[in-house]
Amino acid sequence: MAEAKFDVVFAGPLVTLQAAGRPGHMRFGVPASGAMDRLAFDAANVALGNEVGQTGIEISLGGLILNCTQGAVTLAITGGNFNVQINSKKMRSWTILTVQKGERLSITAGKAGSWAYLAFAGQIDAPAWLDSKATHSTSGFGGGALQPGQTVTLSDAFVREERLGDIQQPDIQTQGPIQVVTGPQDQHFAPETVDQFITDSFAVSDAYDRMGMRLKGPNLPLVGALSIPSEPIVRGSVQVSGDGVPTVLLADHQTTGGYPKIATVISPDTDRLAQYRAGQAVRFVGITGAEAVAEARSYARRKVEYLAEISVARGSLAQRLMRENLNHGWAAD
Amino acid sequence: MQPHFKAIADHALLVTFADEISDGAHRAVLALDAALAKNAPDGMIETVPAMVNLLVSFDPIATDHSALKDHIVSIFEGPGAGRLVGTNRTVQVCYEGPFSPDLVAVSDATGLSPEAVINAHLAGDFRVLMYGFSPGYAYLSGVAEAIQVPRKPTPIRDVPAGSVIIAGPQCLVTTLTMPTGWSILGRSPTAILTGDPNAPFLFDVGDNVTFERIDEATFAQLDKARDHG
Repeated sequence: MAEAKFDVVFAGPLVTLQAAGRPGHMRFGVPASGAMDRLAFDAANVALGNEVGQTGIEISLGGLILNCTQGAVTLAITGGNFNVQINSKKMRSWTILTVQKGERLSITAGKAGSWAYLAFAGQIDAPAWLDSKATHSTSGFGGGALQPGQTVTLSDAFVREERLGDIQQPDIQTQGPIQVVTGPQDQHFAPETVDQFITDSFAVSDAYDRMGMRLKGPNLPLVGALSIPSEPIVRGSVQVSGDGVPTVLLADHQTTGGYPKIATVISPDTDRLAQYRAGQAVRFVGITGAEAVAEARSYARRKVEYLAEISVARGSLAQRLMRENLNHGWAAD
Repeated sequence: MQPHFKAIADHALLVTFADEISDGAHRAVLALDAALAKNAPDGMIETVPAMVNLLVSFDPIATDHSALKDHIVSIFEGPGAGRLVGTNRTVQVCYEGPFSPDLVAVSDATGLSPEAVINAHLAGDFRVLMYGFSPGYAYLSGVAEAIQVPRKPTPIRDVPAGSVIIAGPQCLVTTLTMPTGWSILGRSPTAILTGDPNAPFLFDVGDNVTFERIDEATFAQLDKARDHG
């Protein structure tokens, strides 16, 4: 069985192993975790011919530099518009390439996006927790955060020449404001405060990690909510603290909390929002629960179609040349 | 006790029994939780019991808020008269030496001797209300009134895992090294995160918890056994 090894030359904070996540344990204080942008993460695996949810690396704006010290492996890079480089050669993101012994791969913050994904044609050796290698960042449980000096070992590493090349980027996400269903604790706000939340503009603050994204913008005063009972939180809950500042809870959210939630971001849009950066403007739009379900279903269909399209291998170099030739017509003349 | 229902985004329904914390509301939450465990609707993923409400999360491809609400209305018969019987769990705690940095402060605040504070803690009627904050953080109700103290104005950093902490009527055994503003009464060698794949958490919501006092030598022995077990 071919093994490939990488030395972690540099890893910024919050560069973590991620996988499909661990739903089903929220009652014990454990959120599902998994990739912040599930669409990009799934695309990386599927384009490589992997199962959805196979363990990969989520790269923060801090960036990641790996040295391949043994073997060779094909890998996929998706997510935000990050800078990708092999040795001194610059590449675009949303690509599949092979890295071999002696080569240095660097993925660092680029023009846009907050998270990049690195999936491998191989299994990353890492500890699982509750059946998942997804990292819960505040505890470190699961596969864990990458540290400089660490070795990443891939067992079962493959070179998949038929997969090399650019990955078609998705255009299935809704454009425009981030869709929310107001509540469930909107009774703790004046009606005009709830209106203000869905009409005014906010900006992403620097306080953004895998637990949540604090926003800057108009103050959202609470009405008589000094001591409300702790209530459940989900990925997407917009919790407003006592000083009137909203935070969108994300992949590593706490599961209950005593601050009222003014609204909840629908699940397809939590992935879109996760790629926003500090300073970027955010606007929300309110929809009903039924509209949210309809959008989730439509999005799921669009996602399945997109992933099916990019899952098809392009074929070997010889096959691709043949196809290109046919496409250009002269072979058929 | 009639629940009210609220849609949470595209994937959850919040079933709320009261605005204020009460024994009755929590009983209703646990009764509905048990009813849904026994009779789960199509598409339900998980439930999250809290103080006054139960979150029911679902797969929006398979079901929706109104189908789930209809299911709940049709199966739920209310909390019943008695308290649901939770499993009894024992948590060992050492109140000695470096493990109880706030024992003297709680003693000063309550006018009880340190020994009386310990006995009052041991005498509490503890019950798991809900989990929250971090994996395995189970909020226990039932701290004796005589030793109920408010949170500290400023959290203390790097409080070790296994710390037994109190604030107001609640008690918690921490599972991670974390900052806390609660008062630290002791340290437990009992694993809340058990490492057992079939029962990874010691308590379920609704369980009854008894603290059992151990001395420092026993703590050291048990802690070592756990680390090498």
